[in-house]
Amino acid sequence: MRKAIVFAGVAAVAAGCATMQDEAAYREQAVAWMKRDFHARGMAKTDRLNQDELQRACTQYNNNPPEALVKRVEAAEMAGIKLPADGKYLGDWKRGQRIASSGRGMTWSDKPGAAGGSCYNCHQLSPQQPSFGTIGPSLRGYGKTRGYTAENRKYVYQRIYNSKAFSMCSTMPRFGHSGTLNEQQIKDVAAYLMDPASPVNQ
Amino acid sequence: MGDPMKIRARLQGDVADVRVLMAHPMETGQRKDPSGKVIPAHFIKEIRAELNGKPVFDAQISQAISRNPVFAFRVKGAKAGDKLKITWEDNTGDKRSDEITVGG
Amino acid sequence: MRYARVLCAAAGLAVGLAGQPATAQSDDRTAAEFDKFREVLEEANPAELWELKGEELWRQKRGPKNASLEQCDLGLGAGVLKGAYVQLPRYFADTGKVMDAEQRIVHCMITLQGFKYEDLANRPFSRGNYTPDPVSIVTYVAAQSREMKIAVPQSHPKERETYEIGRQIFFYRAGPWDFSCASCHGADGLRIRTQNLPNFTKPGAQAARSFIGWPGYRMTGGVMHSLQWRMNDCFRQQRFPEPGYASDTIAALLTYMAVNSNGQLYRGPGIKR
Repeated sequence: MRKAIVFAGVAAVAAGCATMQDEAAYREQAVAWMKRDFHARGMAKTDRLNQDELQRACTQYNNNPPEALVKRVEAAEMAGIKLPADGKYLGDWKRGQRIASSGRGMTWSDKPGAAGGSCYNCHQLSPQQPSFGTIGPSLRGYGKTRGYTAENRKYVYQRIYNSKAFSMCSTMPRFGHSGTLNEQQIKDVAAYLMDPASPVNQ
Repeated sequence: MGDPMKIRARLQGDVADVRVLMAHPMETGQRKDPSGKVIPAHFIKEIRAELNGKPVFDAQISQAISRNPVFAFRVKGAKAGDKLKITWEDNTGDKRSDEITVGG
Repeated sequence: MRYARVLCAAAGLAVGLAGQPATAQSDDRTAAEFDKFREVLEEANPAELWELKGEELWRQKRGPKNASLEQCDLGLGAGVLKGAYVQLPRYFADTGKVMDAEQRIVHCMITLQGFKYEDLANRPFSRGNYTPDPVSIVTYVAAQSREMKIAVPQSHPKERETYEIGRQIFFYRAGPWDFSCASCHGADGLRIRTQNLPNFTKPGAQAARSFIGWPGYRMTGGVMHSLQWRMNDCFRQQRFPEPGYASDTIAALLTYMAVNSNGQLYRGPGIKR
């Protein structure tokens, strides 16, 4: 049965362009191949190949899902954010800097708990660190330019905890949601962005 | 008995432009493996080049040379058909020779 | 609407997504720098040492069946090496599937020489002074396509199907960090730290950076690596579980990127920083 669908898909491609239906059939096959060919290593178990609803929708809609779905999923992601019980959103920017600079965490060669934020892989932050990526926007002078307000402190904490609560198909990992960073570590990274003494704001 | 060298000799007039690639770990004896044990020194200490059996040079080298090193030099008075032979010897006594025909 | 257009472009059937002039310019500059770097090292690339070793391994009678690889068919007939690498991955009737270069070499080592997949997959990547035999052999095979145009076929239905499956794998977002290959290699002009990220979804010179330069000698560590290693380490950083060595998943992903590379010049085994 599936074979028939796939061959129909091939014909459509040859004729011009893959249809949405073919896309789904090819994706189903791709998932079957990956599930057959990948194996667990270190902390990276094969259940990582299973998509949650958000990952599935972002893949299916090429990171551009319908508006209604975006609203619903973003709300659900927002509801899943655990805010600090003590109501404080900022920790120690020095520890935050170490986390921001570290590319460790969650790969099969990492030890569980040895987690970094990989922030510099994608963002410019401190002017003293010239080795930064451009996948995300520059965050240089973040607190200084946006304002050191209570509202912004909370936003930064939430954004690091779960970027997808604000932009469903954002490239940025959900650091809190995925268990990569704990509450204190998220506070520390938030402080790196929002503490007036942090090099990010110099 | 190491892996084969890659020797290239390009003739320009009576000068042969020679490049030699050698496969060798060139271990300095100062690095440690993940368990903290010192990795024993293992490096080429001598390189000889001969043209038709006559020495061109005999070089003493040391740990300062990179892994899988490349050597380039020019031999004056070379002509097509000459036999160029390169030999290296390392600190463990291991040796390797390879020969090519110039312009061949 | 945008969705449909992206699909067509990715399948190489429309050329509507030409880069912005500024991006094209900086791509050219990067490419020019890269060419200069390559030229300087061209005659001194240690990759050639593995070419020599690979040639020896290709010709020698080895393995439980005491046979050479000279009867191995890499797609152009038994033992035909010239131009074979730039036309892989491709469909093979004897296995009924699309195979990439190293996967096919492993297949030949198993069928002709009697080696076991488990042994070859046990330590498939170079480390320190150790280079797995298939890496040397694929380096030798690749060198026989030096200065030839990449021309990966899409004439067999299985080849087109494998391309589409590979494309789905490329865009598949999963794992704790929600990454797909496209998270890093799906847009123009991006950098991770200071490393430029070519856009592999863009047919032509950009996509060809997934093909050109591999197999490559890595100056860091002084080891030879093939595309099997590159894919493995990308999935590691994508926070995925580990893909099987020389598996069909890797072949499909390589098919997607190689077909997007078609028409570009392959310059032989490369050198990496």
